[in-house]
Amino acid sequence: MIELYGAELPSRLLLGTAQYPSPAMLAYAVRASGTAVVTVSLRREMAGGRAGEKFWSLIRSLGVRILPNTAGCHSVKEAVTTAQMAREVFGTTWIKLEVIGNHDTLQPDVFGLVEAARILCEDGFAVFPYTTDDLVVAERLLAAGCKALMPWCAPIGSALGPINITALRSMRGHFPGVPLIVDAGLGRPSHAATVMELGFDAVLLNTAVAKAADPVGMARAFGKAVEAGREAFSSGMLEPRDVAVPSTPTIGRGVFS
Amino acid sequence: MKVLVKGAGVAGLTAAFEFAARGAAVTVAETRPALGGNASWFAGGMLAPWCERESAEQPVLDLGRDAADWWDAATPGLVARRGTLVLAAPRDAGELDRFASRTTGYRRVEEDEIALLEPDLAGRFRRGLLFPAEGHLDPRQAMAALHDKLAATGVEFYFGADAQHVFGFDRQIDCTGMAAQNDWLRGVRGEMLTLRTPDISLSRPVRLLHPRFPLYAVPRTDHRFMIGATMIESQSGGPVTARSMMELLGTAYALHPAFGEAEIVETGVGVRPAFPDNLPRVETKGEIIAINGLYRHGFLLAPAMARRAAKLVFSHDRTKELAHETDRQRRSA
Repeated sequence: MIELYGAELPSRLLLGTAQYPSPAMLAYAVRASGTAVVTVSLRREMAGGRAGEKFWSLIRSLGVRILPNTAGCHSVKEAVTTAQMAREVFGTTWIKLEVIGNHDTLQPDVFGLVEAARILCEDGFAVFPYTTDDLVVAERLLAAGCKALMPWCAPIGSALGPINITALRSMRGHFPGVPLIVDAGLGRPSHAATVMELGFDAVLLNTAVAKAADPVGMARAFGKAVEAGREAFSSGMLEPRDVAVPSTPTIGRGVFS
Repeated sequence: MKVLVKGAGVAGLTAAFEFAARGAAVTVAETRPALGGNASWFAGGMLAPWCERESAEQPVLDLGRDAADWWDAATPGLVARRGTLVLAAPRDAGELDRFASRTTGYRRVEEDEIALLEPDLAGRFRRGLLFPAEGHLDPRQAMAALHDKLAATGVEFYFGADAQHVFGFDRQIDCTGMAAQNDWLRGVRGEMLTLRTPDISLSRPVRLLHPRFPLYAVPRTDHRFMIGATMIESQSGGPVTARSMMELLGTAYALHPAFGEAEIVETGVGVRPAFPDNLPRVETKGEIIAINGLYRHGFLLAPAMARRAAKLVFSHDRTKELAHETDRQRRSA
């Protein structure tokens, strides 16, 4: 169970809805993963008013909470407008805020992000900002009114996994009470388990599942990994040691040799 | 048996062919004023079931395997069978391995062989995949040829015809694509360009893999290339957007810089009808048989779907494959 902006959710896995072989496959993957939240992009489907309505109604029929996103927006104005459209289309104040700063790495423009977050929070949105692992930016986002953060662990779609464990650890340490959702860059279930073991509250992924040979199987695998990582974190993991320690004590031998 | 086929896209034309081949008296009604303007008109015309398997499910390969043979028999001389070449820029080499791991029916080719296959791409790509059994055609040529052949054998065509309330037919075959009343159907927008440059010659469709902007270039006659195609979850048939055009042109330029100097002779948009599983269906409701949901696989899957629909009607299956017979033989049959 995890609480995000007052909503209690049974799963710590959030799933993106782009790039699947078909909407039917997406629906099976959502079910197999056990996710309670899917993200959906409004950017390109907007071509021609409500022309994306059919796809959106397929998303609505998945029966899980929808977190619309502003994927592909490169300016504050664009992101704010997209968020407002999303609120209307999906009837939710939740918004995953993306303001892209670099076309190649899809790195967030953190300056625009903070500004857009402030505007949207004041407008009553529940903002989930896609950000870097920078602590100062994270503080500014919280000051702007965000109640959850979505740091990347590697560039979107790169499948590199957590490339800077130290930064992620320090972020967790600095914001113990803030829901932190690792968004972007996860490639395999072990990556998801790793960040969950670090104490992150949830993960969001898309490409790793959508582009797998078997998206449904991969969705299930990620669902299990997220659960495993979380349970490991709450169960207290053994710290690494330099000596071998037998799990069965050897009786009748000198211990200090 | 009198059969009315609604819609003269690739689904309607292939259905008309299969029913006529089995001896039905076929009439085709199309609301558009002439051939074209539909999703088929803006198709790539790639008969590439092995490549498509990268993202499509197994039925696409099973149903599409014989498509090149079908078109070769129905429209002789229009199908080129020189395979598909799949390439990636050196920095996207991982994409080639990913593509290879999802597909069959290819062999790996290195720089030397790429230069032999497509001399104009010599030195530009180090590794690629060749799918030798695949083919391609020009959709507009193929549709026109099929139309002419059907018309010559007695199939009646009515263009600009609203066939809402018609009587006197034993069967109706609904091939109206996005115009069909079906709640399960959705539109997937595809934008394409036609570029013309005498500086490049290609013998076969080339697919350039890219994590974000994959592209295919299908050679047509007269130094023209069909460049496609976007896949957007939208029913909108409005003009190509600046962003899509930029992406298509940018990738075309990456395939060969000479595309930068090419003339843009056409931009087009087709809305592909698709069911939630992106697989086609033949559905029967009383005397109406509907063929729909061909998605991005119109020319690839329409022959198999048309055959399936015809077999539903002529189910005792004394059907000979008449595609190879001459028109005279068919008329006297």
